[in-house]
Amino acid sequence: MLDDFFVRAMVAGIGIAIIAGPLGCFVVWRRMAYFGDTMAHSALLGVALSFLFDINLTLGVFAVATLASLALLFLQRRGALSTDALLGILSHSTLALGLVMVAFMSWIRIDLMGFLFGDILAVSKSDIGVIFAGGLAVLAVLAYIWRPLLAGTVNPEIAEAEGLRPEAAKLVFMILMAAVIAIAMKIVGILLITSLLIIPAATARRFAPTPEIMAVMASLAGALSVSGGLLASLQFDTPSGPSIVVAALVLFLLSLLRLKMQPAGG
Amino acid sequence: MLQAKDTKGDALVVMENAGIKRADRWLVRGIDLTVRRGEIVTLIGPNGSGKSTTAKTAIGVLSPDEGKVQRANPLRVGYVPQKVNVDWTMPLTVKRLMELTGKLPGEKLEAALVAAGISHLSGAAVQSLSGGEFQRALLARALAREPDLLVLDEPVQGVDFSGEIALYRLIREIRDRTGCGVLLISHDLHVVMAETDTVVCLNGHICCRGTPESVVASEEYRTLFGSRASELALYRHQHDHTHLVDGRVRLADGTIADSCGHLHDHSHENISDA
Repeated sequence: MLDDFFVRAMVAGIGIAIIAGPLGCFVVWRRMAYFGDTMAHSALLGVALSFLFDINLTLGVFAVATLASLALLFLQRRGALSTDALLGILSHSTLALGLVMVAFMSWIRIDLMGFLFGDILAVSKSDIGVIFAGGLAVLAVLAYIWRPLLAGTVNPEIAEAEGLRPEAAKLVFMILMAAVIAIAMKIVGILLITSLLIIPAATARRFAPTPEIMAVMASLAGALSVSGGLLASLQFDTPSGPSIVVAALVLFLLSLLRLKMQPAGG
Repeated sequence: MLQAKDTKGDALVVMENAGIKRADRWLVRGIDLTVRRGEIVTLIGPNGSGKSTTAKTAIGVLSPDEGKVQRANPLRVGYVPQKVNVDWTMPLTVKRLMELTGKLPGEKLEAALVAAGISHLSGAAVQSLSGGEFQRALLARALAREPDLLVLDEPVQGVDFSGEIALYRLIREIRDRTGCGVLLISHDLHVVMAETDTVVCLNGHICCRGTPESVVASEEYRTLFGSRASELALYRHQHDHTHLVDGRVRLADGTIADSCGHLHDHSHENISDA
């Protein structure tokens, strides 16, 4: 069954959506959308470096995204510039650096569009293995740090005062984000990864009574978006990443509709 | 559970000459402060005098740049910070907020909500609460943990005057019942004064300290609060005792009297003595 490229893309995409759901909730709660974007943009630098030094693509992207988030934390602590400005600098300079380096490496043919917007044809069986093994690890670690991370999101001082370690949880969370970006890059593309984190979480917000249920519902909304988007991409021959994001957007808009109808129904 | 008010127990936090520095500026310096089990210590001082910084250092959210802070080990802390903003995108009910930093047995959770007077709101989203209700929810959350040390950073903000008195009464009841230590930050001390064992007056350093009476009488306190000092002293006459249900009166020093009348006659002498 996995011999069919479309089935592979579908399985991989749903796997990624399930991982992205809970992480995306934290991105929304902590107002880290731009932060996620910056980490994702740095992925292209990771791609370029991976080709240059001939190392595993996923590992290279993961390493560079982690470094970008650590660099940001460090610069934030120094407090020379606002977080907003720092994100702008890091986000675009890493993307530009990646693009320039790729252009220099004339000896390799790199499908730039595939990296930027996703390429369902690129999903191999081993990619699926990486997504599910990596995804399981990401979710297990997230479950482990859930309480300090959530408490730190509500108020880091309460968490700290009452014996949790919110700063450590935040650091681990950044690394999980880098991991998800690295494994999701092929399907959704660098420029659109953050939307797979944010839009399903925003959709789930309307229906969820607790943070935990919101996380599960975000995974479901993401899986629906991936299925719908990939089917549409096959049907209309559109790039996979944008198609998935459009599907997620449609789902989000439907959730707004449901919100409007609620008072009349209840 | 019952601990008499006057049996002050072991030290929960001891700060010795503690100082916190930010960007080459000392926020607070030379802080000596002890909070014991069963004791209510109130930090007062103008805005920017380092009250919150001192409290955060006491419980280990900040670590001192000089001096020492020792805490009892283990020390269970219940903390109500000055400002808590829950992003509206997080679906968080009062009940879920209660278990933010640790699981609670259902009956303790219920009891704390009842004590704070918000048991009817347990299913409500925290974003839908009024300022006073949210403050009570935060207090209930800290209480339900049955902490050794309760740290409250201006817990009555956004609460009207009658609610304010009720909240302070609740804090005292909890101290009386559980024997926890309380570190309270306040800038409106006229109500606090009555319930407090030790008042510490801060302005980057400790200006003065002592019983509420001696602090109000002190020169440093009057300098620090200027014209407001007399205003607070006036309030003190109304609130330096507590009317108990049986008609008797508990004075500021914890003794029980039949009425409050004679205290007022003597209070000016007390001030000059102090």
